[in-house]
Amino acid sequence: MNIVWLALILVAIVIAAATGQMQETTNAAIESAKTAVELAIGLIGVMALWLGLMRIAEKAGLIQLLARLLRPALRIVFPEVPARHPAIGSMLANIAANMLGLGNSATALGLRAMQDLQQLNKEKSSASNTMATFLAINTSSVTIIPATVIAIRASAGSNNPAEIIGPVIVATAVSTTVGIVASRLLQKKAPPQRPGGDDPDSPGDRARGDS
Amino acid sequence: METLQSVLAEVGSWAIPAAIVIIAGIGALRGVKVYEVFVEGAKEGFNVGVRIIPYLVAILVAIGMFRASGALEGLVALLEPVLNTVGFPGEALPMALIRPLSGSGALGVMSELIETHGADSFIGRLASTMMGSTETTFYVLAVYLGSIGVRRSRHTLAACLIADAAGLVAAFVVVSLVFGE
Repeated sequence: MNIVWLALILVAIVIAAATGQMQETTNAAIESAKTAVELAIGLIGVMALWLGLMRIAEKAGLIQLLARLLRPALRIVFPEVPARHPAIGSMLANIAANMLGLGNSATALGLRAMQDLQQLNKEKSSASNTMATFLAINTSSVTIIPATVIAIRASAGSNNPAEIIGPVIVATAVSTTVGIVASRLLQKKAPPQRPGGDDPDSPGDRARGDS
Repeated sequence: METLQSVLAEVGSWAIPAAIVIIAGIGALRGVKVYEVFVEGAKEGFNVGVRIIPYLVAILVAIGMFRASGALEGLVALLEPVLNTVGFPGEALPMALIRPLSGSGALGVMSELIETHGADSFIGRLASTMMGSTETTFYVLAVYLGSIGVRRSRHTLAACLIADAAGLVAAFVVVSLVFGE
């Protein structure tokens, strides 16, 4: 992430200098910073709604029930999550919401899942193997019904706006499978703790200190 | 088709109310003090929202600058000749490149492609499939990892980008097979 972030910014500056787009790039930087805060604030309401509901579901034993029912299938994908851990339930809730295309609600449930996974994480400032697999599934999009895309196609006068559902499902299945496999293959090459890491104090304390 | 669309819309509008009623209902049946427990859980919503701000600012500023600088156009010009050899239309390349960076940007590119080439053209179908089958990877990573204070993503970004690339290639292959060129 450090390299990618730096690369995006450096490339932007070099290209902007070459193409004379420096003013636009400046505006974009300021504007994006504003958008970021608006997005985060906009998420708070939905976040509160789902965190509240998930807490009820947890107290009622619903999440644990869901986790127990689907445990066999998920043992293969998330081998490091112990049976009956609430993370299984919240990850499933997120994936289900994503499949239905529920946008911000899916994000809220996903963040709840990340909190549950963080409990299991030994190195709090590094992503765990399970987090990597979970995020690979998430970013490969598990949407069954791309509602926005269908709507745009319909308004553009398509004869069959929903004809792309089949191809979307196939492409999604491919990317999700590749994401799971890639995260598993790569995890050994990226150990949680950097050997001779650059910060002397414990990562857990630091994460709490400056976040 | 009309019916399928209205069924899908119906399912979408029922999902959230149904989930709320089921969770609250079962909670109440099991003796959970639903209101108190809800409020207790909801309290955290604010903290999560605030916690992701620095991560979102970092990633969105970098992406915003990258897009505004014209770097994307440069990348397109660079990659186009290579991809043309396998029959991938150069017009759809900005779509593939912008998709992991920006959801609204990708939606804009898709709408534009559909408008110029038609929704039922090869490019229109390809752009629609790409849009539907991938996600805004950088945004998701920043928000999800940021919300729990994880700064070292390890192999997460690589795995997600490999999955994105596989999804985009699969979209091209499937659309070529199904709708032909």
